[in-house]
Amino acid sequence: MTGLVLENVSVGALREVSLTVPGGQVVCLSGPSGSGKSRLLRALADLEPHGGRIFLKGTNQLDMPAHQWRGRVVMVPADSQWWFDEVGAHFPDKAGQRLPPALGLPPEVMAWSVSRLSSGERQRLALWRALSLEPQALLLDEPTANLDGETTKAIEAWLLGEIRQRQLATLWVAHDPAQIQRVASAHYRIHGARLEPVYGSD
Amino acid sequence: MEVIDLAWWKLALAALLILALAVTGHVSRLGITRSLLIATTRTIIQLALIGLVLEALFASSAFYWIALLALIMLLVAGREVVARQSRRLRGRWAFGIGTGAMFVSSFTVTVLALTVVIGPEPWYAPQYAIPLLGMMLGNTMTGVSLALDRLNESVWRQQAVVENRLMLGQTWRQALEDIRREAMRSGMMPSINAMAAAGIVSLPGMMTGQILAGSPPAVAVKYQILVMLIITAGTGFGALIAVSWGGRRLFDERQRLRLDRLVKT
Repeated sequence: MTGLVLENVSVGALREVSLTVPGGQVVCLSGPSGSGKSRLLRALADLEPHGGRIFLKGTNQLDMPAHQWRGRVVMVPADSQWWFDEVGAHFPDKAGQRLPPALGLPPEVMAWSVSRLSSGERQRLALWRALSLEPQALLLDEPTANLDGETTKAIEAWLLGEIRQRQLATLWVAHDPAQIQRVASAHYRIHGARLEPVYGSD
Repeated sequence: MEVIDLAWWKLALAALLILALAVTGHVSRLGITRSLLIATTRTIIQLALIGLVLEALFASSAFYWIALLALIMLLVAGREVVARQSRRLRGRWAFGIGTGAMFVSSFTVTVLALTVVIGPEPWYAPQYAIPLLGMMLGNTMTGVSLALDRLNESVWRQQAVVENRLMLGQTWRQALEDIRREAMRSGMMPSINAMAAAGIVSLPGMMTGQILAGSPPAVAVKYQILVMLIITAGTGFGALIAVSWGGRRLFDERQRLRLDRLVKT
């Protein structure tokens, strides 16, 4: 088995969600606000009590210490948090030097004070922070919400490249139909307690 | 030198000062009269009663009476720790963790000071044990409640930060690191400040009392140093235990942050 597999997962209003996210592919999730998209991601990261079973490459979530699971199935929340004064302190040692040019940020950003970052810059850095942990699956909660059109497309392209190259199973919460069209190999919409396939389901 | 006993009617003279303050407060509408009078009455009654209890206790010196009084003091302190937290753990956990932390730290340190350092005969002689335990519990109570209050309040306000740290694969201990440090600092600050100011800004109450009772200042000072050291040690270990147990309880077996375990008091 590859990627991220959900079996009858129940959390909040969602009941018995079963879904497979293959490695290297993006599955998009949409739905009205409050429908439980973020809670589903939180359940996948094991931050919230939930029913059902979740597997990563065949390994059950419960067979792994929670922090190791979260180091492999990394969630990037809609509003990322920064708790040290300096940007660089949030990154593993070498990640600061290998800052991808696609982020559109100068290498000096690692020495900046966090308070100086705009919300868009925080969002881009949060994505790089998650990737620098070398995860096996990504849970993205509206990763481009604070970015302008131009930057959104650049970040999408960079993320897709990383996802393909690293074979990451990715669940991506999105609103914009055009974005979903561009990135998703499958798209589900939350309808009440269930996920409805919009396209690309298997 | 024999200490001068105070006649009750002389205390009434001191109470007149409070009365004068109450009247002034009432006339100038400062709104403190009521609580001032209630607190004054409480302190007179409570201290008079504990005086009677201690007289009886000193006369009997039986271990189980001393143990009973110590237990009552501990339980009252445990209740006070719960009351002083603006957010506390649900159910019996708040009382259990606070009381447990105070029990482990202040009883251990008091017994150690009695048996190893002071060495009265028997070691639980109430003239030494009860005042020492009282001072330990009073200070540990402050430290433990400040530390727990800060822990719960910070976790509540920094939920997003703690959870984001968990999302990045940190253990609950790592995710709580900064908050735990803040909570410890907040619990220890009163003791550290008291030690820093002792003798220069303030003459601590116990030493003052001993000197009034006729002890040579050199002896009183040694007791005061002992008491300050064990109070700080007891408060520190108490806060450490409380923060460690309290922090553990804020996460479940899958290291999820469980704010539903907190309630506002």
